[in-house]
Amino acid sequence: MIPSSPLLPDQASDVARSVDHLMLFALSGLVVFSALIAILVFVFMVKYRRKGDADVGIDIYETNPKSHVLELVWSVIPLALLLVLFGWGTKVFFDQNRPPADAVQYWVTGRQWMWKVQHPDGRREINELHVPVGRAVRLKMISEDVIHDFYVPAFRIHVDVLPSRYTTYWFKANRTGTFHLFCGQYCGVEHSKMVGRIVVMEPRAYEAWLAGEKTGASPAVASGEELFVAKACNTCHRPDSSARAPILNGAFGTQASLSDGTVALVNEDYVRESILTPAAKVVAGYQPVMPTFKGQVSEEELIQLVEYVKSLKAASGTTAEAGK
Amino acid sequence: MTATPSAAPAAGETTSEGGPRTHYLNAAYGLKSWLLTRDHKRIALLYLVSISVFFALGGLMAVLIRMELATPEGDLFQPDIYNRLFTMHGVLMIFFFLIPGIPAVLGNFLIPLMIGARDLAFPRINLLSWYLYSIGGLFTLWALLHGGVDTGWTFYTPLSTNYVTTSVLTVGVGIFIAGFSSILTGLNFVVTIHRMRAPGLTWFRLPLFVWGHYATSIIQILGTPVVAIAILLIAAERALHIGVFDPKLGGDPVLFQHLFWFYSHPAVYIMILPSMGVISELVATFSRKPIFGYRFVAFASIGIAVLGFLVWGHHMFVAGQSIYAGVIFSVLSMLVAVPSAIKVFNWTATLYKGSISWDTPMLYALGFIGLFTIGGLTGVMLATLGIDAHVHDTYFIIAHFHYIMVGGAIMGYLGGLHFWWPKITGRMYPVFWSKLSALVVFIGFNVTFFPQFILGYLGMPRRYHSYPPEFQVLNVMSSAGATVLGLGYLIPLVYFIWSMRYGPKAPANPWGATGLEWQTTSPPPVENFLTQPVVTAPPYTYASPKRGPEVTVGV
Repeated sequence: MIPSSPLLPDQASDVARSVDHLMLFALSGLVVFSALIAILVFVFMVKYRRKGDADVGIDIYETNPKSHVLELVWSVIPLALLLVLFGWGTKVFFDQNRPPADAVQYWVTGRQWMWKVQHPDGRREINELHVPVGRAVRLKMISEDVIHDFYVPAFRIHVDVLPSRYTTYWFKANRTGTFHLFCGQYCGVEHSKMVGRIVVMEPRAYEAWLAGEKTGASPAVASGEELFVAKACNTCHRPDSSARAPILNGAFGTQASLSDGTVALVNEDYVRESILTPAAKVVAGYQPVMPTFKGQVSEEELIQLVEYVKSLKAASGTTAEAGK
Repeated sequence: MTATPSAAPAAGETTSEGGPRTHYLNAAYGLKSWLLTRDHKRIALLYLVSISVFFALGGLMAVLIRMELATPEGDLFQPDIYNRLFTMHGVLMIFFFLIPGIPAVLGNFLIPLMIGARDLAFPRINLLSWYLYSIGGLFTLWALLHGGVDTGWTFYTPLSTNYVTTSVLTVGVGIFIAGFSSILTGLNFVVTIHRMRAPGLTWFRLPLFVWGHYATSIIQILGTPVVAIAILLIAAERALHIGVFDPKLGGDPVLFQHLFWFYSHPAVYIMILPSMGVISELVATFSRKPIFGYRFVAFASIGIAVLGFLVWGHHMFVAGQSIYAGVIFSVLSMLVAVPSAIKVFNWTATLYKGSISWDTPMLYALGFIGLFTIGGLTGVMLATLGIDAHVHDTYFIIAHFHYIMVGGAIMGYLGGLHFWWPKITGRMYPVFWSKLSALVVFIGFNVTFFPQFILGYLGMPRRYHSYPPEFQVLNVMSSAGATVLGLGYLIPLVYFIWSMRYGPKAPANPWGATGLEWQTTSPPPVENFLTQPVVTAPPYTYASPKRGPEVTVGV
């Protein structure tokens, strides 16, 4: 279902509807003000057109004491309307940016010039994202090279995908259909080919699609665990170890005390940074002995490792700590 | 504003000795007399010629872009060529046409005349700034011939520092050098306006054109160094691999956007404030009455210049900036709309009980008011966080800033050129053709850019070489409009050139205006005024039949 209306794009989420309402409000302000100006200009142009060569206009500003009141009126009224628009726009923006608690996390990696998507069960797609209708989808996104931008007009969502930093965004489709996915930030030669589709399906159809597309892909957590062993992370980060590296079990989501006396929230960005730049934020009580894995793991592998670390639940009696 | 005593002894073309009157155009001949001139009027003409060349080149690229976009498939150019086209279109139009535009041509020519001065404060620096501009321009053209650049005029990192292979550095050097020309022009204007006003010409007797340029100069002086620094940092990363912006080298890609927009947002006001100054002159002159709320309009210019420095983050609402930073920048951006609204309302109120003539410059001024109103109000939409998060980097923003920069700045520039052309060249241009051009430009502009608002809201991203087929109808409309718009720009080019030789001779004050520049002959003598003008009244003081003639206009 590619957009069919000539003036409005598809409206496929509640957020999209609230953006359209906001736009309608702003648009009516625009129409009223420009019509007001246009009509006044035309009326004055005709009514006060020069009749004789020697005619001059009549200066009413200095003679009319109400002039300053008028200035005040046309400063304050627009200001008040602008502040209303600002408040409303901010509310919508927060809705666009803050995923609900029940959102399911999908990973998106952008690169010149394609989108790679990873489903919660590890399934991967390129330039396509299949989701069930009504599911709040949280997107954790990162770029492998330049700045890209995840733009789905039908959901009115648009956010830059940066290298080196996870960007979180979300949407919840409220109807089925196929919608454009664009790269919204100029990213080089084939920028306009970095496009894809969001396919919103009935939940049952989505399950069928998941079942029918068996690719043998393992969930990100499982791939992460394999990597964890393959990269020999487990030689130091062992649940039973207390010597060289912090215990990772239960660490995710906690505050880690760092050797420089500060604390850091252990989130996706922290884990990613700790793999690539281990010396940046060392947990208190440990030496910065971990080698960097920069250039040895791809963004997608980093995602798998992050998911694995996230999945490590605290064993009873283990203190929550995190680090390199 | 009245000058007593006035300028040249006679408005005629002959002196008392009977020979042709000497003015700045015929005072000396030959290439050297132009290339080594220190006369602000001649330097203004040097700028006029050079920016027209860049406008033509930038316009040509716009034509090619619109041709490519007439069909959804990328079939006319390869994508890398298309990307070079829109990048060079932006670079040439913004850095080499719009930013120097009105200040370097009209401001240069008129500020000394309007304040009753012999020249700008630093005539040699004025010439130097034209040379810097030209050298910068030549660097950029050289880069154009050697592969061009395909980063977009915004040069976002790390794409521009470590991913593209085109002439980023050469173009960067070109913009860097041209930036100094902008700084020097601003500096020259500020000193001139402070130090060289005629006796009796107090700040609140200055024409609003001068206020607009004063505000612009502040931005040029304070803002341009920041973009120069940003360019140097790009060069450091690109050539020396010093990690500043690319995370692979330990940099922060968003930092560049802060530096870039800290200049490039105020730069929009470098384009629009002088244009607003022109419009104030035109509306007052062709209504034959003072601008309604002179002080509000004057301070609105300063207000826009100051607030303009505090809103750069509205270019980055979706760029990974904190959403709370977005909130601050959104509310500050709303505030900029207030002084802009004040100006539009005051211009409209000036028409009330005016004596309005429908001369060509006035038609351009009215076009400006209409287009700037739409450009400004769509800017308010973009400052609204929830809307920007949908239309950011789509054709909506393309339409918006063309309404401001083409509909606003270029309409003002053309209006000003038509207004002061008799003063600059001493010749009149054909009335019919010039009115037609104003109409054709207005219609062509709207047909070109209005459909782009709809395209943007429908979700067509900017800088797309190919696009989904459902966007084609609106794109074809836009391309058709661009043809009309291009024609609209060609008509004045033809009759302006024609008028220089064949146009009827212009009197000193063809519009019956009050500004000091109209008190001297057309074209002005080398010295601008033969005797020092003295100002005794506020600007735009037209004799009112009801109150009796207070001042005498003209010689």
